[in-house]
Amino acid sequence: MNLRHPLARVKGLGASGEGSHHWWLQRVTAIALVPLSLWFVFSIVGHIGDDHAAALAWVGQPGVALMLMLFLGFMLYHAQLGVQVVLEDYVHSEPVKLALMLIVKGLALVAGLGGILAVLRVAL
Amino acid sequence: MAEFNLPANSRIQEGKHHRDSSNGRLRKVRVYRWEPDSGENPRLDTYEVDMDACGPMVLDVLIRIKNHIDSTLTFRRSCREGICGSCAMNIDGSNALACTRSCEEIKGDINIYPLPHMSVVKDLVPDLNNFYAQYASIKPWLQADSAAPDAERLQSEEDRAKLDGLYECILCACCSTSCPSYWWNSDRYLGPAALLQAYRWIADSRDDATGERLDELDDAFKLYRCHTIMNCTNACPKGLNPAKAIAEIKKTIVARK
Repeated sequence: MNLRHPLARVKGLGASGEGSHHWWLQRVTAIALVPLSLWFVFSIVGHIGDDHAAALAWVGQPGVALMLMLFLGFMLYHAQLGVQVVLEDYVHSEPVKLALMLIVKGLALVAGLGGILAVLRVAL
Repeated sequence: MAEFNLPANSRIQEGKHHRDSSNGRLRKVRVYRWEPDSGENPRLDTYEVDMDACGPMVLDVLIRIKNHIDSTLTFRRSCREGICGSCAMNIDGSNALACTRSCEEIKGDINIYPLPHMSVVKDLVPDLNNFYAQYASIKPWLQADSAAPDAERLQSEEDRAKLDGLYECILCACCSTSCPSYWWNSDRYLGPAALLQAYRWIADSRDDATGERLDELDDAFKLYRCHTIMNCTNACPKGLNPAKAIAEIKKTIVARK
């Protein structure tokens, strides 16, 4: 039985002051991903059937390598922001939510750094 | 994490059948019934109501049932003209005020349930304590730093026009209880009604607490659980647009960054 006044329960721990930052970055990365995703899809379609050497030569071009790294960074950052919203919406156990949040953000970081390292290995 | 069992009292069983005493145009009305003291699960009672003997609105039908067929039916009502917000309930699958929802607009049987995803006190009466506390938490009163003038605090016609579409809210809870984000997180998400009211004071040129009000809302749960699903705007029986008011709050918070 909860004897706290409803108003005290609603006020809880107060506002975190962080919601707008997340919301803004989600929109900025979404807009950046419009040209980046279009470029990525059209480029990949244009290189269907390339052999390994041709693919390496394509990734090795400085402009292509830069675009690939930008796409990876923005895409993974946007993805982990989105998954964070899903977890906040639907996971109501605080310890489980915290664990899943760390796993998702960790995976995004590993995938991002790994992808950028791979592009750099080919390009440099 | 995920719960696979329905909460207690979620399964609704077939209820009793009542028939109006007079013999006019009969219409079937199916009403959610639950008595906390009975220890039984909720049931769906069927009433055959003489439409020639009662008024055109759903509230008229409920009053006909209460007065002439089954006096145990419990529901809230007061003004019967869409200004008090007491008779908000789920009618024919969507939230509405019973007093402004016409029976003729509804095809087939009239199905009436309490507002969705709220604790039920009895029959069609939901527990609105949390909803009202959320309204109180946004401090719905004018906060001015300047000394009170001798007469009214003046406001230009343009500034007054900014409150149109906001001040008309009657806090019936149709919008908040139609919002999936509110269903999942009503303990922390303020919901469209409280947020529209919050924007009503943010948009008021006479209020000096805009900064504090925005600080109080900059939170992943209080404000940003809104994912622009727009159920609130569809549900509002006063034709207001809570989703737009929430979007304006988000824009205002970004504007001061």
